Amino acid sequence: MQKFFDLGNIFSICEKAIKIVSILLITFLIFGLIQSLFLSPIDYIQGHSVRIMYVHVPSSWIALLSFGVIGFLSILNFIFRNKNFGLIGKTIAPIGLMFTLISIFTGSLWGKPTWGVWWAWDARITSMLVLCFFYLLYIFSWKFISNHSANKISSLIAIFGLINLPIIKFSVDWWNTLHQTSSVKILSTSTIHHSMMVPLLAMFLALSLYSVLIFLMKYKTEIIRLKRKGLNRI
Amino acid sequence: MNINAIYMGGYGIYVWSAFIFAFVCCLYLYLKTKKELHRQEQAFLSHVKDLPKAKVKIVQTQRVNKEILVTSSKYSN
Repeated sequence: MQKFFDLGNIFSICEKAIKIVSILLITFLIFGLIQSLFLSPIDYIQGHSVRIMYVHVPSSWIALLSFGVIGFLSILNFIFRNKNFGLIGKTIAPIGLMFTLISIFTGSLWGKPTWGVWWAWDARITSMLVLCFFYLLYIFSWKFISNHSANKISSLIAIFGLINLPIIKFSVDWWNTLHQTSSVKILSTSTIHHSMMVPLLAMFLALSLYSVLIFLMKYKTEIIRLKRKGLNRI
Repeated sequence: MNINAIYMGGYGIYVWSAFIFAFVCCLYLYLKTKKELHRQEQAFLSHVKDLPKAKVKIVQTQRVNKEILVTSSKYSN
């Protein structure tokens, strides 16, 4: 495992992966955009406003997934004491924050024509806002705390923030919310029609590939920054 | 182009705003990341150039340093 996380190994993988991911990203993005903006059917109640779902839902999934990964890596960081886990978390955080902001903003744009309001202090929306604050705390801890303590404190923030993930996921079931319950389910049958599921998955794949691309570029940057600091010690 | 594809039965302003906002955010993060990567590569390259020859040889023995030098000089040409 230690050998796999060797910086030299990772750097050469990053270099090759960036090219492959870029090609796949363009392909899925074009397909996903055409499907979601022009070819997918309109909803019988919401009309064309349902198209916001194709950017809102994948963004929310990625925001949650990113924080889940950061939290998991933070736990590993405490167990194995490998700084690389912290470095990966630091690299993922801005991507997660950006998708959280996209999720909140597009949710607000969807809320106005659907509920008649831009914002409501509803359990799902509020817990997403809390996630946004956790991302900010995590990023600021890396930015404003000295390097040695930052690794520890940011990991603690991420582990503490993990509590918020099930709250976001189950908020629509636990409380009476304006936000609808989820239509896409992993453990039971989804209630979304396949003509809407295809563009949704295509957009999720495209945005996931975008996240991977940014992660690889940021991770490469971090490795170079570390190595440049190391040059002074030679 | 069909005007209905843009108007979307009155919901166009919400739908297009959502997609454009997401696109602008993604583009901003991509350009910012790319710029920072390029800046770090150039800084690494110029740092190595300033080192004495004996130290450069030591730097080149490490696999990751070699990879950084190759990619940095590729983009600076």
